[in-house]
Amino acid sequence: MSADRVPALEVTGLTHGFGGRRALDGCSFTVPEGAVTALVGRNGAGKSTLMRAAAGLMQPDGGAVRVFGNPAGDATLTRIGYVAQQPSLYPMLTVAQTLALGHRLNPRWDTAYAHRLADNAAMPTRARVGALAPGHRTRLALIMALAKRPGLLLLDEPLAPLDPVARAEVTGILMADVADHGTTVLLSSHVIADIEGVCDHVVVMTGGQVRLATEVAPALDQHLVVVGAGNELDALGDTEIVTARTAGRDVTALVRAAEPLPDGVLAWHRPTLEELLLGYLRVAGPESPRKVTT
Amino acid sequence: MIGAFVIFRIDRRTGIAVYAQLMQQVRQAIRMGRLAPGDRLPTAREVSEQTGINPNTVLKAYRELETAGLVEARQGSGTFVREHLTPLPDSVEVLRRELAGWAVRAHAAGLDVSDMQALIAEVAAGTAPGAQGERRVG
Repeated sequence: MSADRVPALEVTGLTHGFGGRRALDGCSFTVPEGAVTALVGRNGAGKSTLMRAAAGLMQPDGGAVRVFGNPAGDATLTRIGYVAQQPSLYPMLTVAQTLALGHRLNPRWDTAYAHRLADNAAMPTRARVGALAPGHRTRLALIMALAKRPGLLLLDEPLAPLDPVARAEVTGILMADVADHGTTVLLSSHVIADIEGVCDHVVVMTGGQVRLATEVAPALDQHLVVVGAGNELDALGDTEIVTARTAGRDVTALVRAAEPLPDGVLAWHRPTLEELLLGYLRVAGPESPRKVTT
Repeated sequence: MIGAFVIFRIDRRTGIAVYAQLMQQVRQAIRMGRLAPGDRLPTAREVSEQTGINPNTVLKAYRELETAGLVEARQGSGTFVREHLTPLPDSVEVLRRELAGWAVRAHAAGLDVSDMQALIAEVAAGTAPGAQGERRVG
């Protein structure tokens, strides 16, 4: 993961609009090789559009996406395993036929791995894909993505359709794959419990813009959650306030500060991952300039 | 292969960093004798598959445990509990008795177990050297 290695994914100034609405507005970040990165944002923040652009399935209005150094597109498809929110599978094929198709279409297809994963998921191999329950359909899409042996996995809310047992199983499978092959993963989610301990990097988006793109551990050390009465926050001086929320007399603010605050009026602690992400998720996007309060 | 058997239980809602939970559970297992000197810890891959934790997080916990002198990495064969662990000093028993007396008084004052844990954690965090940021060592 050193700086001189080509990043698995490099997004530069990515901009895209649908009609008059800007879904992506100058997004830039990099995903180092071997990292497991969470793409976090509220509904409509632009996560899925960004995923599609990264997969090379969409031509953005502006900006660039590079996958292992090459422009995203047909040439990078073999190195990417992409699972959309609505997985694109052929409903008329059976599970077994779908896996056979994967073998024919992908040069690096790992048949033994595909079958092991299908067995683990108790996948009904003779059933038609169209008749599968949503959880099974998602697991089949994940198997297709993993057995391709991609360098970069792009997973758009992969755990959302899964029951709690399947969630735990799929997370275990993903992390074992990272351990075995050093696969780079970018997964979108808005469930913070799905991210804790899984992701070592995060990218937070609101209103089509990237608010935070960082490695998790150092970011926790570079922020403070500060609590005090409204006017007491003046004591922060020119410390950058990410967001502040008022509850009664008290204001709770997420601030950027590596150094602890001196003892005094303001109570503070280092944020948990949840506090850090919520703080950035509450940063208002340009198209919804509302004051963030309770 | 020596089959060390630690089942990690990870609670993702506590706000305690996952690698710190792993470290604590290894310490606890060694203290309780469930892990003996020479036992192999599960590989990062095994832990990852079993618990859905990022293997880098597991490796980080193991590195910290190595720095703390509890385990040693052997090239190519895994991470093992150190052979010559310093046993806990006898004074621990004295501290334990003192704490038991304190717990009785705390209970009488209306504190429940989680109140006591919170109080102890807070006081300990305020007195231990380098206490700030105890949740995430290093």
